[in-house]
Amino acid sequence: MATARVELAVVGGGLNGMTLGIACASAGLRVAVLDREDPATILSERFDGRTSAIAYGSMRVLAGIGVWPLVADQAEAILEIRVVDNSAPLFLHYDHREIGDEPLGWIVENRHLRRALHDRAGQLPNLELIAPMAVEQADYGAAATLTLADGGKLQAELIAAADGKNSPLREAARIRTVTWSYPQIGIVTTVRHPKPHRGVAVEHFLPAGPFAILPMTDSRSSIVWTEDAGLAPALLALDDGAFHRELQRRFGDFLGEISVEGPRWSYPLSFLHATSYIAPRLALVGEAAHVIHPIAGQGLNLGIRDTAALAECLVDGRRLGLDLADATLLARYQRWRRFDNVMLAGVTDGLNRLFSNTVPPIKVARDLGLAAVAHIPPLKRLFMRHAMGMIGDLPRLVRGEAL
Amino acid sequence: MAAQSNIDDADIARFAEQAPQWWDPHGTTKPLQRINPVRLAFIRDRLAARFGRDAKSLRPFAGLTLLDIGSGAGLVAEPMTRLGFAVTGIDAGDAVINAARAHAEGAALAITYRAEPVERVAAKGNQFNAVLALEVIEHVPDPDAFLRAAASLVAPGGALILSTLNRTARGFVLGIVAAERILGWVPRGTHDWRRFRRPSELAATLRRQGLLLEAMVGLSYDPIRDRWQLTSDIAVNYLIMAVHPHR
Repeated sequence: MATARVELAVVGGGLNGMTLGIACASAGLRVAVLDREDPATILSERFDGRTSAIAYGSMRVLAGIGVWPLVADQAEAILEIRVVDNSAPLFLHYDHREIGDEPLGWIVENRHLRRALHDRAGQLPNLELIAPMAVEQADYGAAATLTLADGGKLQAELIAAADGKNSPLREAARIRTVTWSYPQIGIVTTVRHPKPHRGVAVEHFLPAGPFAILPMTDSRSSIVWTEDAGLAPALLALDDGAFHRELQRRFGDFLGEISVEGPRWSYPLSFLHATSYIAPRLALVGEAAHVIHPIAGQGLNLGIRDTAALAECLVDGRRLGLDLADATLLARYQRWRRFDNVMLAGVTDGLNRLFSNTVPPIKVARDLGLAAVAHIPPLKRLFMRHAMGMIGDLPRLVRGEAL
Repeated sequence: MAAQSNIDDADIARFAEQAPQWWDPHGTTKPLQRINPVRLAFIRDRLAARFGRDAKSLRPFAGLTLLDIGSGAGLVAEPMTRLGFAVTGIDAGDAVINAARAHAEGAALAITYRAEPVERVAAKGNQFNAVLALEVIEHVPDPDAFLRAAASLVAPGGALILSTLNRTARGFVLGIVAAERILGWVPRGTHDWRRFRRPSELAATLRRQGLLLEAMVGLSYDPIRDRWQLTSDIAVNYLIMAVHPHR
């Protein structure tokens, strides 16, 4: 079997992997994206019932690579965010009008995002989606060589590992990770409600962890319910009526009587950070490099910023004629992304620890903290721009510029 | 072979010894690899402007030829090939040329490498759209003869780009005392200050060969940000571009 050769091979055709592949291919690089799942499977509703919070900065990346127009109709704008501490009188309120006309972000169902990414990939002749296809082995030398499950080989200058938090490529490259589990489970489901949400996202800090209500299209909201790991199995095993009552109790009645739509999903919450994002001819992106607590809804946004930064390093490097795995390019990517990711990982971990407890002095302090943020406009605007993903040394795509 | 006289055997022996690790990011050419993106950007931008090409396209120089004098292991020849030039790389040592050939093969790049002095290439009458001699002239015993040969290889309308170290007090302090003896960026004995050339000396020689100085820029190290950048300060490392006026 002849060995095919591309410039960049992306292993993992999830949201980050496809975004990276499309970004690089739309700038002219020859790219292959490999995924072990059949595209027909991952585009089905049952594969992934989750939603993603797309920060303003991430929307600009998706717009810059031609994906956003294909999904914008199915994205619900977040116009306000209310942060409510468990039954405390004080709450924090972010309104997008305080900093401009643009929404703070959007909520999109993952299946719609996946379909938009696949449609866009199909428009790019220099992007080849190889799926379903498992990668058996990766060898790194004068080029990187992937051995595929069908016995074929694929050579590339650089391999981008977008193969998730258990990243086999990261493990094979012996990149160590710092990791821990949270004693929490994330429960995800969708509800319909009679009253319109008016683009308001609500984050309730309950003792077991944050309970988020995220506005979706069509008078629906996505629930991201963080629950004590010991209690979660019992909740997940409840019959529909009992589950609905538990949910409504936490949700409140501000949008009327809710009805649960579709299945319940659950996943363990963990933290992971790779000690290095790069190795010779290998770069990690998204959850292969970092998994953070979903408290701020920033996991995918960090991944999208990784892809925008890596695509920029690679395209800038190729415009100088450099090998895509040139040490200076990979070092630039790592330097660029580690700081942002480590900082947000620390903030989300700290927030979770701060809010997921009922020790009275901590509770008073955090209520005062929320009040302080609410009453100091510059600080509040900074937090809002942070939530929008518009802080820091931004990749060109995040700034709304061409790659 | 008279042409061979313009090569310093001690330099060639030293470079041959280092050849196997020329592409090692932590090896003896690490400083060159760190400088590379900055000087490649200068070369690309200047040549794109000269030849009316789009520097943002991925292969702006398709259809043009380039000679890289003192190509070493291909740190510049390979990028120039990716940018579309048909590249010929020459260097004086077989060991270095063999290392360069092996590396280009691994990268699937078609580059013509020859262990040949520039004077002999010039004697054949070949010309190239672009001629590069980066960090070479400070290793050559007779720089004027070298420059005459290099200039004669530039095709009408083409360009010659040189980079070297300036023969100033700071060139000595930073280029030799700091880089070789204190920081250990390059092996001791790599440079001889007396062979450093001032930009005015290069420009005068090139002008006599019919080439006009078009650009000159300094390359300096920013210790705070730990990176190299182009500056107007040409007292230590600098790049010049001279062009053949006829189109």
